[in-house]
Amino acid sequence: MQKTANTVIIGGGIIGCAMAYELALRGMRDIVVLEKRYLCSGATGRCGAGVRQQWGMETNAILARDSIKRFEHLNEELDYDMDIEFKQGGYLIVAYSEAEWNQFQKNLLVQHRLGIPSQALTAEEARKIVPYLNKDGLLGATFCATDGHANPFRVVDAYAKAARRLGVTFETHTEATGFKVESGRIKAVQTTKGDIDTPLVINATNAYAPEICKMAGYDSLPVYPERHQILVTEAVEPCQGPMVLSFKYRCYAQQTPHGSFLMGVAHPDEPRDFNTNTSWQFLEDCARQITGILPMLKDLRVVRQWAGLYDVSPDHSPILDEVPGAEGMWVLAGFSGHGFMIAPQTTVLVAQKIMGEACFMPIERFSLDRFRTGALLLEPAAL
Amino acid sequence: MESNTVIVCRCEDVTVEEIRALISAGYRSIDEIKRAVRAGMGPCQGRNCRMLIAQELAKACGIDMEEVIMPTFRPTVKPVKLGTYAGSE
Repeated sequence: MQKTANTVIIGGGIIGCAMAYELALRGMRDIVVLEKRYLCSGATGRCGAGVRQQWGMETNAILARDSIKRFEHLNEELDYDMDIEFKQGGYLIVAYSEAEWNQFQKNLLVQHRLGIPSQALTAEEARKIVPYLNKDGLLGATFCATDGHANPFRVVDAYAKAARRLGVTFETHTEATGFKVESGRIKAVQTTKGDIDTPLVINATNAYAPEICKMAGYDSLPVYPERHQILVTEAVEPCQGPMVLSFKYRCYAQQTPHGSFLMGVAHPDEPRDFNTNTSWQFLEDCARQITGILPMLKDLRVVRQWAGLYDVSPDHSPILDEVPGAEGMWVLAGFSGHGFMIAPQTTVLVAQKIMGEACFMPIERFSLDRFRTGALLLEPAAL
Repeated sequence: MESNTVIVCRCEDVTVEEIRALISAGYRSIDEIKRAVRAGMGPCQGRNCRMLIAQELAKACGIDMEEVIMPTFRPTVKPVKLGTYAGSE
């Protein structure tokens, strides 16, 4: 393995691979991506594959809106030999309580200010889009037709291939084990295959970001791991256009272009640890919640379940900042379950900052400083 | 029979030709191949294709079958209706 690099990116998921591409595109040479297993083997490859712009926090809504514009042309932009399976069937976010309905109105104001084409629907209008939606207690829904789905495996593959063509090196099955830090500056990354001298490190390790920061001497990144489980069903003929998402029932379900339904339910008391085992309790909970709001799905057969980790931050918004005491290390973490869908523009923002270009929005809003000043990016629409 | 008509994964219609193309492109494990072309993601969960892909990997990489890393074995063991888990039938 090479002994020096201009940039070492730790993590071969969507953030690491897209960061590699965006930096290389802007002229950064000699980039190495380290991945401890294989590309897309962590959180990205385990995510729900949904992409939505219907957020309540302006920063998330901007990143999501602009990322969707990128997804629309990503096959062409990255000259991809396969297909990222981008589908814009919309997101139907259903309200079964007054509190939800009131919050949705506030979220819509944020979205409309940003030109996101979301709208409030009556219960009847929502049932025109998904006719088998349970109408008992349904107050209404919000719908954005340009939200949808992209295949996380393919998106990572597309970015990695494009990055390789720009000269980026990928070292899989290679783990970062420590850093050389001198006078508060990153000098080298230590790995299971030897040291790499480098002035710049990108920490794109999702829930493991605090541990990687700790290796460089910073032990207080406010991010913790939280298991989220998902199941997938057999493939059937297309019958549901949008992702259906319910905060009250903590669940979501979307039919993928392949025909299978991906669905999950958030556990209200999930412990903060690195457990990625699956549980039978999830199968029962998810089946009950989903068939409660989408009764027709009861005859679908489950073929597989899995789990992955959210990297949860205090305000459910990403942290994009240089690590205190380890100048030259940038951390992108705290995505809190929506990193995949905002990755295209989040990585552009960080790449612009690193390469000294004008940033398309103020990156300082995502700094660690916000937890001291109280200028939080509180996201009311995270699940 | 032409090798490009030999189906390895019957659930997802993946041919031995596609598997070999991925291996030559640098895909080195059953899990990586699964993520690229869905081999092993259908109703049988890789019961038919898992060892066939392992054979191809072993041949191409010059290693023993035992050295091929197996994918994560995930529940459910066989397809079960959501309604059954929900307790409605």
